[in-house]
Amino acid sequence: MSVNPELQGRSFPPTAPYLVGREKVREFARAVFATSPLHHDPDAAEAAGYPDVVAPPTFAVVVQEHALAQLLADPDAGIDFSRVVHGDQRFSFTRPIVAGDELTAVLTVTSVKTLGGHSMVTADALVADAGGEHVVTATSTLVVRGDE
Amino acid sequence: MTAPQLSALTVGDVVAEAEFLLTRDSLVRYAGASGDFNPIHYRDDVAAQVGLPGVLAHGMLTMGLAVQPVVDLLGDAGRVLDYQVRFTRPVIVDPTDGATVAVVAKVGRLDEAGARIDLTVTFQGDTVLGKAQVVVRLDG
Repeated sequence: MSVNPELQGRSFPPTAPYLVGREKVREFARAVFATSPLHHDPDAAEAAGYPDVVAPPTFAVVVQEHALAQLLADPDAGIDFSRVVHGDQRFSFTRPIVAGDELTAVLTVTSVKTLGGHSMVTADALVADAGGEHVVTATSTLVVRGDE
Repeated sequence: MTAPQLSALTVGDVVAEAEFLLTRDSLVRYAGASGDFNPIHYRDDVAAQVGLPGVLAHGMLTMGLAVQPVVDLLGDAGRVLDYQVRFTRPVIVDPTDGATVAVVAKVGRLDEAGARIDLTVTFQGDTVLGKAQVVVRLDG
């Protein structure tokens, strides 16, 4: 099985809305050693101008995963998940994610490259809020190892 | 905590440093919080089966904690505008001793509104994240 080169440019339908819960933000913050009060205390977040607790920067991966799952599950993509290694990751923010956000992600494959038997698939997940406003773009490069 | 003044920074300044002890408990906690239940992050037998030297920390956990010294410096995660890393080496988490990940944050570039902070993230003396860069807003 090899990665379908025609994947480049393909977009997937928006993911089902993901409602960001306050306790989920706190749980994620504890897991990444994020101790800033803005992640845990709604009053501190409000004092800083946010409607509720602020998610750590990498929380966006939780929503991005739902979008990437569509790509990995697509038999036409030809991606063998057991051979996938995470190569690069990037988050570009318009604003931070806060509890109460209802987020959807639209995934687009921006690049498919082959390098010495391995394939590198880069995909952007554009994450938007319930009003359709951009929140963050999460970009991943997945390295799909070739047959040994 | 208030974000540092842009005028107080010079390229090359070390602005934050921290060490994080990852244990197997940390990995289980991150698996639950993130929803990434790949067993190579908590089962020695599965890690061995796929040829790994041991159970590995999630790359996204390393990425997630590495930015925290910068977030603490800024006092507001909302000042992080862009954060990218390349996963270059795995962090192997010993079942009893865990793994210590060290982070050094240095000013890489300054402009009118903010800075690029470059992170050096190491485990047992080796760099585990490449091109680890955080673009932050400082003024306004």
